[in-house]
Amino acid sequence: MEQKNRIVTDHIAMSFQDNVVLQDINVKIEEGEIFGLLGPSGAGKTTLIKILTGQLKQISGTAQVLGMDNRSITREGYAKIGMVLDNTGLYDRLTCWDNLALFTEIYGISKDRIKVVLNKVGLEDATKRSVHKLSKGMKQRLALARAIMHEPEILFLDEPTSGLDPATASYIHQLILEEKGKGTAIFLTTHNMEEATKLCDNVALLNKGQIVEYGYPKNICRKYNFQNKIQLLLKNGESHTLTNDSSSAELIGNYFKNNAVESIHSSEPNLETVFMEITGRRFE
Amino acid sequence: MSIRKTMAIFKKQIKDTLKNRTVLIQFIMFPLLTIIINSAMQVEGMPKNYFVVLFATMYIGMAPLTGMAAIISEEKEKNTLRVLMMSNVRAGEYLIGVGAYIFLLCMLGAVVFGIVGDYQGSAMLQFLFVMSIGILTSLLIGAAIGTWSKNQMSATSITIPVMMIFSFLPMLAMFNESIGKVSRLIYSQQINNLMSNIGVLELSFENVFVIAANMAVVIALFVIAYRRSGLA
Ligand SMILES: Nc1ncnc2c1ncn2[C@@H]1O[C@H](COP(=O)(O)OP(=O)(O)OP(=O)(O)O)[C@@H](O)[C@H]1O
Ligand SMILES: [Mg+2]
Repeated sequence: MEQKNRIVTDHIAMSFQDNVVLQDINVKIEEGEIFGLLGPSGAGKTTLIKILTGQLKQISGTAQVLGMDNRSITREGYAKIGMVLDNTGLYDRLTCWDNLALFTEIYGISKDRIKVVLNKVGLEDATKRSVHKLSKGMKQRLALARAIMHEPEILFLDEPTSGLDPATASYIHQLILEEKGKGTAIFLTTHNMEEATKLCDNVALLNKGQIVEYGYPKNICRKYNFQNKIQLLLKNGESHTLTNDSSSAELIGNYFKNNAVESIHSSEPNLETVFMEITGRRFE
Repeated sequence: MSIRKTMAIFKKQIKDTLKNRTVLIQFIMFPLLTIIINSAMQVEGMPKNYFVVLFATMYIGMAPLTGMAAIISEEKEKNTLRVLMMSNVRAGEYLIGVGAYIFLLCMLGAVVFGIVGDYQGSAMLQFLFVMSIGILTSLLIGAAIGTWSKNQMSATSITIPVMMIFSFLPMLAMFNESIGKVSRLIYSQQINNLMSNIGVLELSFENVFVIAANMAVVIALFVIAYRRSGLA
């Protein structure tokens, strides 16, 4: 039977010497789910990816990746995982095509896939170009092409869009959504709250190694809608802040009757304000 | 072991080395130098193939050793080796893929030395056999250094003194007896001795023992390096 949960962690904790980096991490990621791990620099995002991919061993807790313990992922297991690490790990002197050709040979898949994925990431014109001649965004896309080439069941993406222009970032978002459509479970880390809100089915806000909030981004935002205010901007330039309940109904009604309203907003917070509210910290 | 994966690494290495001048030059320099000097210098009374044997010994001490160490340490530094390991390539498959490539490249160099030295028939076979033993030992030393190091800088800082010892000691031993006493203990000196007797090659106990002991030490050092740093 196909297992629906691709990743399950149970009380994962990690520290380097005395430095506690992760505490009590519990997440669950299903097939076709995009999970976003958010947090400021140094929060422990990359460390969690390294633990889940067997590059580091946690000091306590357990994790299941594709039904395997993360500390003993088999060779077959690795063939079902794709990843884009923060350092892309491409061969600088080789061309895009040669970089991917190496991995078709390693995975034992058809060379036809090279063209397919290069087209997919928009690098069809750079096929014969050496990696060291590519821009940062192009390298990132090549790394992504390599990660999806063997149609993995899990994709780990460590800051897939950091430092990219909005158009390229949006292009990568489309690709990520396409992979999700195939049932791939996607674990991504980001500093970008907007990106997370747009893409993720679930996010975890990581702060100083602890998950301080976990769930559907819109639900998290609604939960922190403490202020629950409505903002009115009138045509005469005045602005009014009213509470979002029946006590404001008459006042708002009157403004509308007099045709005095220029714009009206509810003060729903976004992930960024939620994070700042929880931690008192600002995102870089 | 997967032949397919080993071949994939082997092919990658061919493409990569062709574009990597600093590594490539290591493999070309000494054979080229030998061709030039051998045709330019004809000194009376100098032993036959003096330069061939001298440069072939240096070649053994340098090319496979620095090539292997440079390739492995660069792959570690740039995280490509980690990506390979995470893509299901085993350490053995990687090392054999890269090692086989360097071995063949060096043997190509050895053939050039052999031709310049005008070895024929069984003499040529003896020469290539002796070269292959030396190249293999150097390869293992390079693999141990590359595995031990975390990046290219630290690999180079170990490679240079080690390479100097193995490639220059046999030459210095010709001029200085006390150096000769020490250099007897290293494989490149024994290889050098064997190469002076090509055609009437006989392996002495000392030849075999020293080379085998060197190999054993290198393999032990490789295991220590691998345990300490791993490949990724
Ligand atoms: N190998 C290591 N040895 C010691 N400390 C480490 C090691 N790797 C990470 N750390 C520490 O763990 C903490 C979390 O690092 P991590 O790389 O996971 O952060 P991150 O959330 O990915 O940050 P960024 O957004 O900057 O990539 C940091 O304080 C870092 O110094
Ligand atoms: Mg990180």
